[in-house]
Amino acid sequence: MSNEAVVHAHGAVTTHEGHGDHHHEHHHHETFITKYVFSQDHKMIAKQFLITGMVWAVLGGLMSVLFRLQLGYPDATFPWLEDILGKWAKGGRITPEAYYALVTTHGTVLVFFVLTAGLSGTFANFLIPLQVGARDMASPFMNMLSYWFFFAASIVMLSSMFVETGPFSGGWTAYPPLSALGDASPGSKIGMDMWLISMALFVVSSLLGGLNYIATVLNMRTKGMSMTRMPLTIWALFFTAVLGVLSFPVLFSGFILLIFDRNFGTSFYLSDIFINGVGALPNEGGSAILYQHLFWFLGHPEVYIILLPAMGMVSEILSVNSRKPIFGYMAMIGSLFAIAILAFLVWAHHMFVTGLNPFLGSIFVLLTLLIAVPSAIKVFNWLTTLWRGNIRFTPGMMFAIGFVSLFISGGLTGIWLGNSALDIHLHDTYFVIAHFHIVMGVASMFGMFAGIYHWFPKMYGRYLNNTMGYIHFWVTIAGAYLIFWPMHYEGLAGMPRRYYDYSIWESFKQFAELNRFISTVAMIVFAVQLLFLFNFFYSIFKGRKVTTLNPWGATTLEWTTPIKPGHGNWVGEIPEVHRWAYDYGKDGKEFIAQTTPVGADESHH
Amino acid sequence: MTMFLTTAVIVLIFVVIFQIAKASEYVSVLKGEEVSRKQNNKINGFLMIGFLVLGLIGVWYCNELYYGKTLLVQDAASVEGARVDSMLWVTLAVTGIVFIITQIILFWFAYKYQESDTRKVFFFPHNNKLEIIWTVIPAIALTVLVVIGLRNWFLFTGEAPQNAMVVEVTGKQFGWIYRYPGKDGSFGKKYYKNIDNASNSLGLIWEDELAHDDVVMEQTMYLVKGKPVKLIIGSRDVIHDVGLSHFRMKMDAVPGIPTTLWFTPKYTTKEMKEMTNNPDFQYEISCDQMCGNGHYSMKGVIEVVEQEEYDAWMVKQKPYYVQQFPDKDPAAPKPATDSVKTASAKPVEAAKKAVAKL
Repeated sequence: MSNEAVVHAHGAVTTHEGHGDHHHEHHHHETFITKYVFSQDHKMIAKQFLITGMVWAVLGGLMSVLFRLQLGYPDATFPWLEDILGKWAKGGRITPEAYYALVTTHGTVLVFFVLTAGLSGTFANFLIPLQVGARDMASPFMNMLSYWFFFAASIVMLSSMFVETGPFSGGWTAYPPLSALGDASPGSKIGMDMWLISMALFVVSSLLGGLNYIATVLNMRTKGMSMTRMPLTIWALFFTAVLGVLSFPVLFSGFILLIFDRNFGTSFYLSDIFINGVGALPNEGGSAILYQHLFWFLGHPEVYIILLPAMGMVSEILSVNSRKPIFGYMAMIGSLFAIAILAFLVWAHHMFVTGLNPFLGSIFVLLTLLIAVPSAIKVFNWLTTLWRGNIRFTPGMMFAIGFVSLFISGGLTGIWLGNSALDIHLHDTYFVIAHFHIVMGVASMFGMFAGIYHWFPKMYGRYLNNTMGYIHFWVTIAGAYLIFWPMHYEGLAGMPRRYYDYSIWESFKQFAELNRFISTVAMIVFAVQLLFLFNFFYSIFKGRKVTTLNPWGATTLEWTTPIKPGHGNWVGEIPEVHRWAYDYGKDGKEFIAQTTPVGADESHH
Repeated sequence: MTMFLTTAVIVLIFVVIFQIAKASEYVSVLKGEEVSRKQNNKINGFLMIGFLVLGLIGVWYCNELYYGKTLLVQDAASVEGARVDSMLWVTLAVTGIVFIITQIILFWFAYKYQESDTRKVFFFPHNNKLEIIWTVIPAIALTVLVVIGLRNWFLFTGEAPQNAMVVEVTGKQFGWIYRYPGKDGSFGKKYYKNIDNASNSLGLIWEDELAHDDVVMEQTMYLVKGKPVKLIIGSRDVIHDVGLSHFRMKMDAVPGIPTTLWFTPKYTTKEMKEMTNNPDFQYEISCDQMCGNGHYSMKGVIEVVEQEEYDAWMVKQKPYYVQQFPDKDPAAPKPATDSVKTASAKPVEAAKKAVAKL
């Protein structure tokens, strides 16, 4: 089927009439296993990524609720905690070991398993073939492997929760020497080995997926779908995949060195170390900072791997529901491109206080603050897209608007932190927590929710319940601000992140009441996410049925497929594309689908 | 029991929400989906503007509640920190204005341009002039911020002034060790394999005579008001971070790679106690880099004093070498080793005596 696009490109229309039919009339026999488990249909793989991502989101979210319990009620004891966590919550109070393990796993899981695999795994898989007009990915088999490597990574990560010395507890960034030395922290024993194995599997999964997405976007577009006619979702997912493919191997190399230091006596990251109870270690000459360079060379692009898919989907959803073209389509692509390039050139802004060469630091300040320019372009373009539109507040649209609000709020504090002299003061305080949770965590979750609400009808042929959707949106956005906005103030008081208890600190103990408030809101917001999950699974089986092909009145190709498309997506030929994806409100028409040929009397823009 | 009740209440709330959601879906089918969709649109459009207003009030109220608890109400305790603060205010002004304007526009547009049967959508795919404007303006604003930032950055990371005193800070799980160079003004060499918790916490090389008058201590570091201090920062085990929020400074402690940091304390601890109206005020060193399970308790204290007090205190300190080898004490075999601890407890008294003599 990968020939489809090629065939089109050569204009040999006559040959594939039978070819197209072949896909559906004689569909290969599907068993439960090939349809739902080892499926090679991109749509099913997308759903697998989504649901696995949801499981991790619940676990990761639950972990945050548990450690917020400690932060909000440092003196209280909860006997039921001991019932679930055993020795990790002796006497009903989470131990420091457990607290740090929870914080670490929460970070790892949310960043990689939920917002990378769950977000781009889901939507790149689901949308790329449907929106570029392909029957499936370039390599459906590799695509299937991508999911199962992710699944294996999940199993290993999950197993690490149950080892005797506990899961890794040195922070999601896993800086050595702490992460390299089991004697420095019990979490760095077997738990860390499992963490590394899990992450290695995850890297494989994301490379398999990423290569596939790139190949599909480049080679398998349908006839007429030039690069500049693609919806912005596809552009965003394409850049995301490029970022992943170029940066994950670097992270992997960093992990390999770490594995060697841990298990084979090398000294890549280790030097001059004396551990209490063990004595001086033989390692000399390594650099602990080397790891940070390798880590953040992925770590920073990773932020955009998380954010770009959300940006792409939000652009699409804002345009569809404003019934108006996205403003500045080319500028949107240009800014995505600029962000993708800059993503690789700013990693050391995470390292301003490591003793970095000041001149090098200054270059990174410049490049970091440069990112604000394409970001500003995107924000203003979104705002202009709303201007004089005719907005339909579907739940997807609500989350898209919420995304823009959060992206503004969190993006602006990036200007504070990217400026090294100011970062010295704010580095590793709650200001940073507030910044990246708003701009990357919650905003990308909003992008993901927007995508789910918007494309759910295409995924399952049913609608999500709107009322629950609206409740979900309003509680989540209000809750997100209530949780993270006040954290800026904690950061401005210098309050460091990753502290188990602040009561012994004269400088930071004044926020006890605020911490309790934040914890309470966090629990409510978590509960509302469960409401969303309920809505999701309930609606798969019992939701209102979709009765029209194109419920949102969108121009893009996925809405030309049957309500419940089979493997291969289109019955018969793949439609041909004649125009860009954003002809909304043109020449007085509500919308003009991409498949409609350009009329003779149509105006140009 | 409370656990059970809470769960029951939550489940009940869920069921109620679900029933309402279900019912409203049926109602919308009965009323006609188009009608109820438009009704929902109106409600959500109104909530958008409501959220904007409540949100802005919330921003103000949050500031009322917590502004006083931040460091913004305290003058920066170092000369360089004052520059951080002024830079912070400029950045806040720029980003604050953008925040207010863009959020108002976002939610106002959402409200204003909600679906209406009478509005004709404006087909507006692009406009080069507008796009250039909002490329150039942020670029200019950011250039200003970068210039201010880099001037400070090069000052902070540049060489410490000539007259700066030097203190070495070493992080370990979970505490800080300080070393003063002693009378000769130079640190003796050290090697980590010499470290012994009981007798040589930093691994000093005793053969190096420069090490003989080095003063080593834990818990509290003494600094002089108005005198620049250069910290030479290292770690014995994992990465730590010397976090000095009152001085607006911070630097990682990395094993094997010494880092430096300098600043000029502006107020003594005593002055800060008065300025903050907090008799318990301390300059705290917080570890700001995840360093293990005791990370949250890795606390050091800095005591900023006047020069005379410092001198009087320093005189009483015994070099580490002498503590370990009492027979090598050049000042004859008298006071007991525990005088170090008592001396540090009353530098103020000592200083008073010193002043009285003058």
